[in-house]
Amino acid sequence: MTGRKLSFYLLLMPLLLTLTLLILLPQLDMLGISMRERVSYGVYEFSLLHYREFFTEPLYWNTFLRTAVMSILATALTLLISFPVAWYIAKIAQGKNKNLMFLACLIPFWVSELVRTYGWMILLRESGVVSGFLQWIGVVDAPVEMLYNDITVMTGLVYASMLFMVVPLVSTLEGMDDSLVEAAYDLGGNHFTVLRTVIIPYAVPGIVSGCIVVFMLTLGNYLTPTLLGGKDSLWFTEQIFTQFITRFNWEQGAAFGVLLLCLSSLIVWLGLKLSKQSFKQALASET
Amino acid sequence: MTFDLECRNVFKHFGSFQAVNDISLEIPAGFFFSILGPSGCGKTTLLRMLAGFSEPDQGEILIKGKKMAGIPANKRPVNMVFQHLALFPMMNVGENIAYGLKRNRVPKPQRDKKVADVLERIGLPGIEKKSVNQLSGGQKQRVAIARCLVLEPDVLLLDEPLGALDLKLREQMKVELKKLQKAFGTTFIYITHDQSEAMVMSDQVAVMNHGRFEQVGSPQSLYYEPKTSFVAGFVGNNNRVAGIVESIVGETAIIRSNAGQQFKTAFPKIDLKAGDAVDLFIRPEAIHIRRDQSVTSENHINGQVENILFDGGNSQILVKDIDSSQELSVSLPQTREFNDLVAGDRVSLSWDMQQSNIFLSNKKRES
Repeated sequence: MTGRKLSFYLLLMPLLLTLTLLILLPQLDMLGISMRERVSYGVYEFSLLHYREFFTEPLYWNTFLRTAVMSILATALTLLISFPVAWYIAKIAQGKNKNLMFLACLIPFWVSELVRTYGWMILLRESGVVSGFLQWIGVVDAPVEMLYNDITVMTGLVYASMLFMVVPLVSTLEGMDDSLVEAAYDLGGNHFTVLRTVIIPYAVPGIVSGCIVVFMLTLGNYLTPTLLGGKDSLWFTEQIFTQFITRFNWEQGAAFGVLLLCLSSLIVWLGLKLSKQSFKQALASET
Repeated sequence: MTFDLECRNVFKHFGSFQAVNDISLEIPAGFFFSILGPSGCGKTTLLRMLAGFSEPDQGEILIKGKKMAGIPANKRPVNMVFQHLALFPMMNVGENIAYGLKRNRVPKPQRDKKVADVLERIGLPGIEKKSVNQLSGGQKQRVAIARCLVLEPDVLLLDEPLGALDLKLREQMKVELKKLQKAFGTTFIYITHDQSEAMVMSDQVAVMNHGRFEQVGSPQSLYYEPKTSFVAGFVGNNNRVAGIVESIVGETAIIRSNAGQQFKTAFPKIDLKAGDAVDLFIRPEAIHIRRDQSVTSENHINGQVENILFDGGNSQILVKDIDSSQELSVSLPQTREFNDLVAGDRVSLSWDMQQSNIFLSNKKRES
């Protein structure tokens, strides 16, 4: 082996080690655990019992679907809210303002997700700031509970993922020549057709890569649904947590984990097919 | 008579900067009209007002006699070819050209026919399905122009579209553009900072500086009869010699240059009196060059070749006057006579006094 080749493999080593040790091995082990059944103390047998369990118990099923639908909805909402923000940062704001606005999107991430979520709780709980304010101005005469419902969970999820949508969108939109938009107007387009025929098609790679990241983050989010949604939030990651920690049923938890991975892969694949993008393109627009 | 395009006293400012300052112009149908000026002279601002991307502060713009105030870009009968062409990268050639037709709700069969027709006319038949990235620079130019011409605009605006091309292709496209304009008969308004583009293609050229038109006229009149010293310096090459009027004899002014030489010049159009500070412009191609030092004429310099700037047919030499060390650039005739000229050779220069242009020097306007 020449020195050049050696240094190449040495440099590659940390990456290979991380991938194998932290991702590949645990996942394979998880797959192994999920497909066995404890027959007696320390004795295991191959079985698909835990997958069968998932398909026969409606609670698991419903939670699974609910998590998927809520995540897709949260991704769509995040896109809807982030697009104008990204457009403003990329095309309208100039110089110092631009940096300030970018910073404003980034600042929430300087504190941990836990603290951010508790921030929402301070605002929205029964004895919280919003409830107090509403009583003070006289809109309501008793404390209002705004936590523990789907709207609050959705708000929290969108808030937590905004940045990951804004960044790829800004970088795609910044690459767009303004004269494309002007040319479209010049050729007779109105606001709506220019957005539909020129701006959105141009931004598709950014939209797709933002959506993938946001969707995965949302689907795998644990803190926000648990804290803001409470016991009824029915998020699939909670089920996994319960199986592993509360019920100490590692086999069932591992089966859920594998299913969640399959679900997210399936939905991302479908999304890419529908938007006619390749995974490579979507990732390339991140940079 | 109605003009295809008319501007009446158009003003536009950005903050305290007067970008367009009292521009009036009238362009008859079917003209190739160029606006020539250095960068920052306001020509792009003017073009964007014609296209409808911004509104003038004062004055009005009329297209085919119709006032354009308040009419947005997508409703005006003008189209624009952008500097970087702005072809839509996510559409193929056919979709790009059909874009405007689609917005005007032209039905698909007609649309396809028009697209095929216009591609035929620009000499690129059958490339509808090609992606924009597969085209060469020159093809992209033509597609961008076709995308506008397919809409049959009253006026086509072109914002330095040849700027990004390499020299050879640019020369070709100049001829191509002129031909396209003749073939379609559309009024073209072309803005550029390249005087050769403006001169070769245009029926009329407006030279613009500091937001104003310095002179509007045919390329020939700009070249032979510049009205201001800016035009004399900007259009074509020129030697500028600053000096003072020493005396006036009939139709002839005698100028003493700041370096001490004495020149004679005709001054057909301006008022001069002795003592005026003036700028004298002599074109390099109007100067005779001889090896024989004994000839005398109206304007005459014995000089030494400082430098030879060989550029084929555009070759020039820099000659330094022996008495005053004033430098003049002179076109080198390509008749083999001067092929063996080297730096340091003595030559004699002369020119006809009708061939030089004289302007009162106005330091403030030049800056």
